[in-house]
Amino acid sequence: MTSTRSATLFALALLAPALIYILIIVAYPLVDTIILSFTNASLKQEYDFVGWANYQRIFGAGNFTEVIIRTFIWTFFSVALKMVIGMLGAVLLNAAIPGQALFRILTMPPWIVPMAIGIFMWGWMYNGQFGMISGLLQNFGLTSGPVAFLAYGETAFWATIVTDVWIGVPMVTIYFLAAMQSIPRDLHEAAWTDGAGRFYRFRRITLPLMVPAIITMSLLSLIATFNSFDIIWILTQGGPSGSTTTMIIDTYKTAMGSRKYGEGAARAVVISIFVTLFCIVYFRAVRKLQQGEAK
Amino acid sequence: MSDVARTTEVAAADSKASVKPVSRPRRGLWSASRPMIDRYKWYEVAALYLGIAVFLFFVLAPFIEGFLVSLKPLAQLFSRPYSFIPKNGSFDAYFTMWQSVPALGMHIFNSFFISTVVTLIVVAVVVPAAYAFARFNFAGSGLLLAGFLAVNMFSGAVLLIPLFRLMRTLGLLNSYWAMIVPGAAFLIPSSVWLLRTYMMRIPRELDEAAWVDGASRLYTLRRVILPLAMPGVVVVAIMTFIGAYAQQFIFALTFNSKTEFMPLPVGLFAFFGKQEVIWNELMAASFIGILPVMIVIVFLQRYLVAGLTAGAVKQ
Repeated sequence: MTSTRSATLFALALLAPALIYILIIVAYPLVDTIILSFTNASLKQEYDFVGWANYQRIFGAGNFTEVIIRTFIWTFFSVALKMVIGMLGAVLLNAAIPGQALFRILTMPPWIVPMAIGIFMWGWMYNGQFGMISGLLQNFGLTSGPVAFLAYGETAFWATIVTDVWIGVPMVTIYFLAAMQSIPRDLHEAAWTDGAGRFYRFRRITLPLMVPAIITMSLLSLIATFNSFDIIWILTQGGPSGSTTTMIIDTYKTAMGSRKYGEGAARAVVISIFVTLFCIVYFRAVRKLQQGEAK
Repeated sequence: MSDVARTTEVAAADSKASVKPVSRPRRGLWSASRPMIDRYKWYEVAALYLGIAVFLFFVLAPFIEGFLVSLKPLAQLFSRPYSFIPKNGSFDAYFTMWQSVPALGMHIFNSFFISTVVTLIVVAVVVPAAYAFARFNFAGSGLLLAGFLAVNMFSGAVLLIPLFRLMRTLGLLNSYWAMIVPGAAFLIPSSVWLLRTYMMRIPRELDEAAWVDGASRLYTLRRVILPLAMPGVVVVAIMTFIGAYAQQFIFALTFNSKTEFMPLPVGLFAFFGKQEVIWNELMAASFIGILPVMIVIVFLQRYLVAGLTAGAVKQ
């Protein structure tokens, strides 16, 4: 490949379709969100710039900080559970026992099936009168009466977390399993020869070598969970009385429910700032991890 | 190499770790030829299977319950005490649902149609882009790639307001395009990533040989690289299709209000939101929607694991 100039031009030409597409559908809306957040845009075509009024309103009203805190708590528990259950799943699926390949396939459905449809099924399971969870709890005598999980703030909060964990676990499991299998077998064999047991090897070999995978996955999972919309919207629409209203749900309600585009955009900007911060942490972490590997 | 390019390289190195097929020979649990390190005591085996059973129950419970519900007559569903196993179960719901949701067939068709068009767009856009990223180290390529990756971090939900206005301006609201155009955008970055990783494994010497023989760059891409990259393109297409099929919700909910264009999840959501939900039919319809994906899992499992873990950057 001789002339670099024509090579660059050719590369740019190849990139152009994807680039233009992303610029129009992702980059332009991102900029537009920021612009709209300083306006009183609504369903009407014309709108005026209102300066920081939207930001003053959302931070002045008081419940927005509550929503932010709730979002972080929701995200934290969801990500933590995904990591723990994903790790357990990976350990179990990594065991050299018959049926391994089948179990691995059986782990995947929640990930690949249309998300909304999986959530409908959870909606039924949480049903208080006739749902499976409440039903089984009663059959085993663990609760005296029906438990309508989605009807109370506290239980609805946890119910939506459990469903989010359910959707996220397969990916985390398969990813952790891949990382686990890329650990050289010699390490385990050497430790085993020296008399190290399974738990000891897991703690001293597997876990330390999986730190990069764990960090990468928790950050990716953090970003995905933070943006989670479908689960909460289908199960509770943010209710009862706002107990499952996360920032995304809150923005959606403001923008699409009340048609306050300007104020909704301001809320979306706050989300974007958090997401951008997470992104920076992610990219930095990934770079650090690689430098660690190079040593 | 720039810092950003380095960063992205790491993610690539990280994601390349696909689940390798276990190459160890199949040996019975208690066979003498089993490596000592892989030998388990009977109670260890029992604990492992028990653990797997609990884990898989968590993962599959909604599907098992959903399937059993689809077999139960409505009267039994709304009776207590709860019973897990259907009494005199039947597949009736699978027939009556077509009357209860008259547009069901349409919704299923829409789901497939939208996913297919999204896949075609994504593949058409991604193949040249992935080749550019895999082969040409032009100024700013690392930064561009990182920019593509960052797109993954923003969900459509955050950009909903301007997207809604954009769709309205373009006159696409309440049409298939309102779901296809934004849907494809968010699937492009991870596909570029996946295919780039694949193309980087094709030896560069092939390009150079074609160049020496006087082939133009475009010709090289079309006649040399593309045939070799075909397996990768197929994986990307499958992944995109599954992604498009799985994520049809928020855009379809917000940008389209016409029943005749609704994909299955949104069509069923309308059904789900009613006061009197006919649960057995809803579950039956859900299963029809899930079926194609289940078939894909069974037949293309091998490609999926590789594709999904490489696309881990996606979520």
